[in-house]
Amino acid sequence: MKVYAMVIDTNLCIGCGDCVVACKTENKLPAGLNRDWVVEATRGRYPDLTTEFRSERCNHCTHATCVHACPTGATYTWQNSNIVLVEPSKCTGCKACIAACPYDARLIMTPDGYIDKCTFCHHRVEKGQDPACVSACPTHCMHFGLLSDAQSTVSRLLATRPHKALLEETGNEPQVYYLT
Amino acid sequence: MKRREFLKLSAMLGAGAATPALMTGCASPRLPGSGQVEASPIVCNVCFWRCAGTVYKEDGQPWKVEGNPEDLHSLGRFCTRGSGGLGMYRDPDRLRQPMLRVTENGQQTFKPVSWEEALDFIASRMSNIAETHGEDRLCLLSHGVGGTHFRRLLGAFGSTGFAQPSFAQCRGPRDVGFALTFGEGVGSPDRTDMENSRCIVLIGSHLGENLHNSQVQTWIKAVENRATVITVDPRFSVAAGKSRYWLPIRPGTDMALLLAWIHVLIHEGLYDQDYIARYATGLEQLAEHVLPFSPEWAFLETGISADVIRETAREMARHAPATLVHPGRHVTWYGDDTQRSRAIAILNALLGSWGREGGYFIPERVSLPSYPVPEAPEPRTDWMAEVQKDYPLAPAGITNVVIENSIGDDAFFKGWFVYGTNLPYSVPSSADQIQAAAQSLDLMVVVDTMPCAITGYADVVLPECTYLERLDPIRNSPERQPALAVSFPAFEPRYDSKPAWWIAKQIAERLDLGAYFPWEDYAEEVDWQLQQVGSSLEEMRQLGVKSFPRTTAKFFEPGEAVEFRTPSGRIELYSEMLASFGHDPLPKYAPPRRPPERYFHLSYGRAPAHTFGRTINNPTLFELMPENAVWVNPLVARDFALSSGDYVRLRNQDGVVSNRVRVRVTERIRPDSVFIVHGFGQKDPRLRLASQRGADDNHLMTRVLIDPIMGGTGMRGNFVTLVPEEQLA
Repeated sequence: MKVYAMVIDTNLCIGCGDCVVACKTENKLPAGLNRDWVVEATRGRYPDLTTEFRSERCNHCTHATCVHACPTGATYTWQNSNIVLVEPSKCTGCKACIAACPYDARLIMTPDGYIDKCTFCHHRVEKGQDPACVSACPTHCMHFGLLSDAQSTVSRLLATRPHKALLEETGNEPQVYYLT
Repeated sequence: MKRREFLKLSAMLGAGAATPALMTGCASPRLPGSGQVEASPIVCNVCFWRCAGTVYKEDGQPWKVEGNPEDLHSLGRFCTRGSGGLGMYRDPDRLRQPMLRVTENGQQTFKPVSWEEALDFIASRMSNIAETHGEDRLCLLSHGVGGTHFRRLLGAFGSTGFAQPSFAQCRGPRDVGFALTFGEGVGSPDRTDMENSRCIVLIGSHLGENLHNSQVQTWIKAVENRATVITVDPRFSVAAGKSRYWLPIRPGTDMALLLAWIHVLIHEGLYDQDYIARYATGLEQLAEHVLPFSPEWAFLETGISADVIRETAREMARHAPATLVHPGRHVTWYGDDTQRSRAIAILNALLGSWGREGGYFIPERVSLPSYPVPEAPEPRTDWMAEVQKDYPLAPAGITNVVIENSIGDDAFFKGWFVYGTNLPYSVPSSADQIQAAAQSLDLMVVVDTMPCAITGYADVVLPECTYLERLDPIRNSPERQPALAVSFPAFEPRYDSKPAWWIAKQIAERLDLGAYFPWEDYAEEVDWQLQQVGSSLEEMRQLGVKSFPRTTAKFFEPGEAVEFRTPSGRIELYSEMLASFGHDPLPKYAPPRRPPERYFHLSYGRAPAHTFGRTINNPTLFELMPENAVWVNPLVARDFALSSGDYVRLRNQDGVVSNRVRVRVTERIRPDSVFIVHGFGQKDPRLRLASQRGADDNHLMTRVLIDPIMGGTGMRGNFVTLVPEEQLA
């Protein structure tokens, strides 16, 4: 199986939200909906502080609970990879996947009502391009590639840099990593 | 769920959207980019950094904007605002047709009129002004490239009055301060070689929140390279969070810190002795001047410990000359801003960073001929000598002084062209003066894409099309590598909007000045200019950006003899020029006023989603940040019994009260200060998204601290207290 991963360097992320705008325009999302978002986490007390910005989205888990939860098979993985997609024509809008997602990464498409989510821009990936958010990031803090390829940038970063993923305890095996 | 609330701050998720009943059988939308895609080169105009990129249409519909990899302003990547630039084109609240102020039934109102009628009106008023007062009495107040065309128009008419708020409300002091020291200003894009810096010092500069594209990219490159970043800011800014040293300075005491740093560099012998001996003058006076300003002295003023002051000064010296003490950009703070910029320039000189790798590079632009038009007539008067006589060292128009000189029967200026600048939200606390000027002026023309406060004062409002719908003047900026960039119209102008060049030409023709715009289409002029340097409009349509070889060195050679454009030909640590005009030849420190009890320093700045009020109604960027919040320290929040999300109003020391604004309780701000993002609190109901959202800092700045050297408006001498909503009722 091909494992695609996103690796984001929180030491460089400035929380500017360019990833959010780039995703929204690339994927032509309607007003009010976004597939990714930025979290700011500040710790400590003035003046001993740290702030971490994280660009968050679907984690394209290799054990994706949403895929198992979907009763109609609308949620599926793309071309023997971990990229989780939704087929609108099979989606009944039942929201089982929303309940199953630990990351709150799914949204209800307006006005149609099917469930939408980050696709890792598979339409770009198949042309050899990075997802729109990664391509736009002005700090170059985001990286994308195949974790199943040991020579890829993402593999090398994870091999050499301290990192974390979100809610790993769920056992979902999330594939968005944060360099710390 | 806590996180959900948090997310709303940065991006709205779908969960709150309308939930339709169970359904099935939606068609799969086509994948983006699977249709007919067209690309068109653009130079972004969402801010004034002017990044070159590409606009994409799919099946004839606007799709997206991306950076041009050959471009040094964007380095191939657009920022948040640039990526959201299509919102400027799409905005349904844009100005749609020319409007003329008329009196109907005793009430003034704007009447939609034809271009013909609007332009005839302008030309006839201009002729009247020339007859009654002289043809030199018009002024252009401008922020943006299209202003070039109106400058040509007014110059041909006989008026050279020209001012941009980017001088006296923003960058002016640093450019004057650096010019007094090095003979040249910093310019824009800033000539900072941050990608090669080993140490960067930011004095209140909030790079990362201020998203000037290549500035941010080169700075973050230095962060990635583990350069030492030292950030001086009362707020734990994004930059402070990336810094090895954060110095949470007491507001208004930066000069004390700078003098102490200079003290350490000189008295510990850490400065670049060869560089100073070769290039500078005035070291002895400077050394004597800073003798009393020890780190121990500065601690009492700044609250920064003497040890940290010494350690950071030594850190700067260790990495010199690849140490950049950043000049900042918006620096009109306390009225001593030119002097503070001088102190920053002096510090850079001592570190030997001017003209050196990792410090300040020598920029170069393309030698691009101007299109041949008749020489403009010699103006009847030297307006600067007339109007700005109190500020002989100001090399540019001072917007606030122009406004003052437009009020009353005997005022110098009788007509304004206002291009792309919302003056009441740019010049602090200026609404009353602008109102008075509007009463006095015989003509006020406002050219803009959006309705905003200034349009309300105009006699004529002209809708310009956005940068996505027009051909703009060639971008030829001073940079690392000379390069030209051309912005082509990607779309037809929406509504009845027109490009600035067309508007200026139409007015010129009505005044028999058509010879200054001797073409049918501005494309002819741009093409002619490009042909002179071996390119063409056609080539640029393919390339977007074209680089040219440098003809000069980017840095001083080791030991090179350099002639600086100062009176002495050397770097002037001690400024005879300032002394001869009655100013301090060396920067002095004056303690700032402290806020009264239960009042706080009003600090303000930028957010990455917006270019102040300019983008506030842009539907894409509005979604990212629909309103600002006032940052308060938890100690303050407890005192005032406030929680994050509560609404308050800000009341300043003179009783001026803001719009309501949400509280953001955060450790990231000193307990003696509050912070809001500038540009919000718009009141024009025609801005249907932005109107009445958040608070405007500008109206709260009733105490303006004027810079005696260049006339700038220091904005940071204001204090506010928090008034919970229920107390106002």
